[in-house]
Amino acid sequence: MAYSEQVLDHYENPRNVGGFDKNEGGVGTGMVGAPACGDVMKLQIKVNDQGIIEDAKFKTYGCGSAIASSSLVTEWVKGKTLDEAMNLRNTQIAEELALPPVKIHCSILAEDAIKAAVADYKQKHGNMAGSEEYTACNPPVAS
Amino acid sequence: MVKTPIYLDYSATTPVDPRVAAKMMPYLTEVFGNPASRSHVFGWDAGDAVEEARGHVAALVNADPKEIVWTSGATESDNLAIKGAAHFYQGKGRHLITVRTEHKAVLDTCRELEREGYEVTYLGVRPNGLIDLEELKAAIRPDTILVSVMFVNNEIGVIQDIPAIAELCRARGILFHVDAAQATGKVEIDLSKLKVDLMSFSAHKTYGPKGIGALYVRRKPRVRLEAQMHGGGHERGMRSGTLATHQIVGMGEAFRLARLEMGAETERIRFLRDKLWKGLQDLEEVHLNGDFERRIAGNLNVSFNFVEGESLIMAIKDLAVSSGSACTSASLEPSYVLKALGRNDELAHSSIRFTIGRFTTEAEIDYTIKLLHEKIGKLREMSPLWEMYKDGIDLNTVQWAAH
Repeated sequence: MAYSEQVLDHYENPRNVGGFDKNEGGVGTGMVGAPACGDVMKLQIKVNDQGIIEDAKFKTYGCGSAIASSSLVTEWVKGKTLDEAMNLRNTQIAEELALPPVKIHCSILAEDAIKAAVADYKQKHGNMAGSEEYTACNPPVAS
Repeated sequence: MVKTPIYLDYSATTPVDPRVAAKMMPYLTEVFGNPASRSHVFGWDAGDAVEEARGHVAALVNADPKEIVWTSGATESDNLAIKGAAHFYQGKGRHLITVRTEHKAVLDTCRELEREGYEVTYLGVRPNGLIDLEELKAAIRPDTILVSVMFVNNEIGVIQDIPAIAELCRARGILFHVDAAQATGKVEIDLSKLKVDLMSFSAHKTYGPKGIGALYVRRKPRVRLEAQMHGGGHERGMRSGTLATHQIVGMGEAFRLARLEMGAETERIRFLRDKLWKGLQDLEEVHLNGDFERRIAGNLNVSFNFVEGESLIMAIKDLAVSSGSACTSASLEPSYVLKALGRNDELAHSSIRFTIGRFTTEAEIDYTIKLLHEKIGKLREMSPLWEMYKDGIDLNTVQWAAH
């Protein structure tokens, strides 16, 4: 698979690898994908009192495109409001990374991951106790 | 210092041995005659070279040179053997048996026969990659005309019990075809003893050139085939087409060298393979795919759990290896061979095939071990599955959303 320089850059030097304590107040966690499909992304956001995402971290099991897509998304969502983050589209990711058609699903997964993280944050907000074990993800099922 | 990239994909193809290349050269420019030209010395010389090469190929597998038919490679040999026999013997029956872990050249040929109205049974394999003889026995029907089982699996390198399967088939009057593309020069093949009727060979897996192969067609008892390629009636009518003298000379020389050097070479390669496997033992969650004992010396197929194969291949780009991961294929399906062993999807996605060969050095293996330690660690740090595993979560209990 011949990758673009952008993918290689994110793959070689992934930004924001790691995680936050998912029980912390301002943290939203999204986990999407399945091992059977060959990719799983865990994306976490840390939201401040003004509703701005001030930090983001990821861990990804998947191919180079999946790692690059999640790395890029963590960079993009920083400094954004939750609504702005929700408006992020997979096509922007695919375009920025120049993903080949067979890897478009990686960008879709990254979009799903950020949406799942925001949804988790919103769900927790007001119900701090209700965080479940690793089941924060519930992405729309693409065919 | 080792020179990178390091080639560890000898089961995909091998370089042409320089001695083989040297032997081939004159047959392009000097001895260029058509071996079928019987009216002048150009043709006679080319014809002599073809027959000498046929002798070398036959000698490696202890067959009669008259039983060797030149083809373009193992894929064509498989097609000719399976379709040719099925078409010729269709009056006897229209049922064939093969195995799920066969090469696509066999599986797709069988699929084509199914479209023509034949019936095919696809046997499963045990978790070690070997077939169960009882299962094979049970699959045999009165109308079974052919069984096709590969000698050595291309992905996991396991060696099927060809002598036992051959006895079983011969006793029941069923033809037995063996794809031996991955076996020549790696395991002993003695067709004077083995009750195999048809055997496919390829040159480029054994340090010969690409584009040339052969099919062994037994004469005693005689096996008949319906030709799949029609034309000038070359190769006793079984495969028409002008013979590629230089390629044939290359295959002959490659097989001659294989016969002479196989013993010492296998020892050396096994030492390197075992060193690589031992070198990975201190990594957690590394799983060997396929039987370790009944396996060719040069193959190591392992799954590095919680690390996806394609990203690992990117990380170890100094090494030329293959993966059973979906992401390296167009289909997005993980290796059907590993799935047939009962490996779960994660392990299939996490597999890497290392195949070691004639020109692999010990320094290259040392470098490989060091690089793998570095990169596996880095990728696992990045893997949410590894984190969950380390937190003691059973991944099988997690409700994943398929996509």
